[in-house]
Amino acid sequence: MADHALHHDHPHGLAHQFEDMPQQKESAVIGMWSFLITEILFFGGFFATYLIYRSYYPEAFFEGSSHLDIPLGAFNTVVLIVSSLTMAMAVHKSHEGNKRGILVYLTLTGILGLTFLVVKYFEYSAKIEYGLVPGLVWHPHGENSPQLALFYSLYFGMTGMHALHMIIGIGLLIWVFVKTAQGTYTAEYNAPVEIFGLYWHFVDIVWIFLFPLLYLLGTQGGGH
Amino acid sequence: MADDHHGPTVRIYLAVFASLMFLTALTVWVAFQDLGMFNDVVALGIACTKATIVILFFMHVKYASRLTWLLAGAGILFLLILFAFAMADYVSRGWLGMPMSQYLQ
Amino acid sequence: MAITEQDVQASEDAPSVNYLNNGYGLKSWLLTKDHKRIAVLYIISISIFFALGGLFASLVRFELMTPEGDLMSSDTYNKVFSMHGIIMVFFFLVPSIPATIGNFLVPIMVGAKDLAFPRVNLLSWYVYVVAGILGTIAVVGGGVDTGWTFYTPYSSTYSNSNVILAAMAAFMAGFSSILTGLNFVVTIHTMRAPGMTWFRLPLFVWSHYATSLIMLLGTPVIAITLVLLMLERGFGFGFFDPNLGGDPVLFQHLFWFYSHPAVYIMILPSMGVMSEMVASVARKRVFGYEFVAFSSVAIAILGFLVWGHHMFVSSQSTYAGMVFSIITFLVAVPSAIKTFNWTATLYKGSIVYDTAMFYVYGYLGLFLVGGLTGLFLSSMGLDIHLHDTYFVVAHFHYIMVGGQVMGYLGGMHFWWPKITGKMFPDIWGRVSALLVFLGFNLTFFPQFILGYMGMPRRYHVYPDEFQVLNVASSMGASILALGYLVPGAYLTWSIFKGPKAPDNPWGAKGLEWETTSPPPTFNFEETPVVTEEAYQYGPIEEH
Repeated sequence: MADHALHHDHPHGLAHQFEDMPQQKESAVIGMWSFLITEILFFGGFFATYLIYRSYYPEAFFEGSSHLDIPLGAFNTVVLIVSSLTMAMAVHKSHEGNKRGILVYLTLTGILGLTFLVVKYFEYSAKIEYGLVPGLVWHPHGENSPQLALFYSLYFGMTGMHALHMIIGIGLLIWVFVKTAQGTYTAEYNAPVEIFGLYWHFVDIVWIFLFPLLYLLGTQGGGH
Repeated sequence: MADDHHGPTVRIYLAVFASLMFLTALTVWVAFQDLGMFNDVVALGIACTKATIVILFFMHVKYASRLTWLLAGAGILFLLILFAFAMADYVSRGWLGMPMSQYLQ
Repeated sequence: MAITEQDVQASEDAPSVNYLNNGYGLKSWLLTKDHKRIAVLYIISISIFFALGGLFASLVRFELMTPEGDLMSSDTYNKVFSMHGIIMVFFFLVPSIPATIGNFLVPIMVGAKDLAFPRVNLLSWYVYVVAGILGTIAVVGGGVDTGWTFYTPYSSTYSNSNVILAAMAAFMAGFSSILTGLNFVVTIHTMRAPGMTWFRLPLFVWSHYATSLIMLLGTPVIAITLVLLMLERGFGFGFFDPNLGGDPVLFQHLFWFYSHPAVYIMILPSMGVMSEMVASVARKRVFGYEFVAFSSVAIAILGFLVWGHHMFVSSQSTYAGMVFSIITFLVAVPSAIKTFNWTATLYKGSIVYDTAMFYVYGYLGLFLVGGLTGLFLSSMGLDIHLHDTYFVVAHFHYIMVGGQVMGYLGGMHFWWPKITGKMFPDIWGRVSALLVFLGFNLTFFPQFILGYMGMPRRYHVYPDEFQVLNVASSMGASILALGYLVPGAYLTWSIFKGPKAPDNPWGAKGLEWETTSPPPTFNFEETPVVTEEAYQYGPIEEH
């Protein structure tokens, strides 16, 4: 950015390749949406795999699902929805150029994200304890044990990939937080906060689908 | 300065949040009702509704340019293509009445 | 970068400052955010991988000179052709034109100072380099023997080679191409110069837009497929394992959802190059501009609906196969529109027989053969006979090498004066185009016949009666190799000794020819304003 010191009327935060701030902001938002397209299809590969095996082995998936902890899953769903609200509020505050407001809401979002990961950690530990990790510790011996392993492969693959996105999200959140604390973002230049928000909401949406597909299958009503 | 931004208000955010919480409670409750094959349909329907709400309001697509709509739509369309064409194979494999691969019953 | 545009304008007599001489030293290159320098970095790195992949190809051709397996064992042969495929597809063909010529030209052609995200662009190069290093480690550390397709259950259960490392390398190379595609989509949408409407864009930009769509929509699926494969192989999760009730064919579905559209990543950019070159050598506007533009997008979208034609002889349902087969035939329509329209552009054009023209002719011929033999393979019945024979090998080499590599070489010649500011000897350019065309046909045409006679791919031992054609093919490969080495020599020579290039050596139209050769750091002294359609060449009588 040092090479732009020459331009006296250069708006704060405008990169050299853009003509003005609206163009820069539009590019940032479209760029993030393009990236989210790739994310949709990335998780889409998992969901397609789930869809196909689920349709072949409904009973095994029902049984596998019944070992998952619905209260913990529901709790995590609520945690993520609240974090989406706080994230939306952080973006809202960034439009006002309210630095303190951004910092407060980012902190809340980060804490909720960490809460989600801690709960996930306990869920994973329980699965390891019961020997429900295919390939590593696998205890079931029943007739449909192989198909059960398929369910748990998908469970760990999908939730693991989601958790990885949460961890990356928290890393990005810390970066946005530091930048905000340094006073980088103003009412005019706040695209990074906004596009980080898009990412965070996307990760939330993935969980919105994972929760019913993985956890709620094995309930009373799901066995058909 | 930023008041000309056509974003949702805090009131809308809270309403969106409330409806998401309600739908979460609903989907858990429905899961324990025996609706036969409709359990899946309802669960997915609720999940899609929740996702749509998040996309429209939290992700500002309702207030965004047509291009953003197009991008979000393209992602979903091609996801559906992936599902539909892959499933088309699995659904129709048995139709010829020939023996299936041994590992897929 | 203390030099501003004002300095340049102020002293017109002084040697002009351009993107190449505004900074020296390794750091000014490795930390550059200039799309033109990143393009040059890409040119150097993909050339290295092209040479490496070519080396493996020569080993294959050497081995196939005799019916017996006398040069290498079956295991080694498996590794050699796999590494040839993996390196050529993931490290050369996919980034070949978009990351080099595209990276250099797309911002200039739309009249922008740079891509929308210069740092992301540099990141994509670094990701590519790391992927390349991982790939090289996989080669040196024992190789991979699964074929470039990584089919399960072979790759997941039975192979004893560096599958995870190679899959990781392909995964990262894919990520690098996602970043390139993302940059192009955003740049083309938001950074066009005043007056540059969508239908004034050069067709090169249209084809890169279509390519970028495929990169965005397809690449993530191969990424997740390779993740699933790595989880299966590394942790014992069974997504494709028949012992767990998994279906290995599902891997093929997910793999080809990307990899078939990816074939169009490997042809669309070269179609863009051809459109530019055809207009320039014929001194005419491309016939049916809108149709050529939309046919690029049509190819990109149809490309996602046809992947099952790779799986006619797997356990895929016959009914699904029929649907895939019919849609595959439809892809011929937009491809034919392009070929016909280029020919129609040449018709009554004022044709200049320079290097670009030679590459245009070569491309048209090779792409025609490659495209038409694709129709053989998309008919389900015939495919049962031809599947996994040399017919398939010849077909996709006609498209990928006859198409993309011809386009890449042609484009490198056409824009060489712009990129380096130096002219190459045109006679040598024509000689190399001729060598490539002849060598290519001699290499791959016999393979159509071999395949039709029933020689399967991926075997290094074959019956005696196939030897004549195999020797012919290997001889052709030597000529082809010469055709690739010669440009390497005289183009490198021209950088040091070539005459200085004028701003517009071919008298071509387009914003890239209105700036200096080589262009200044921010491409234009001031933002251009576009007032006319693309390819407005004067009346033919003038030339």
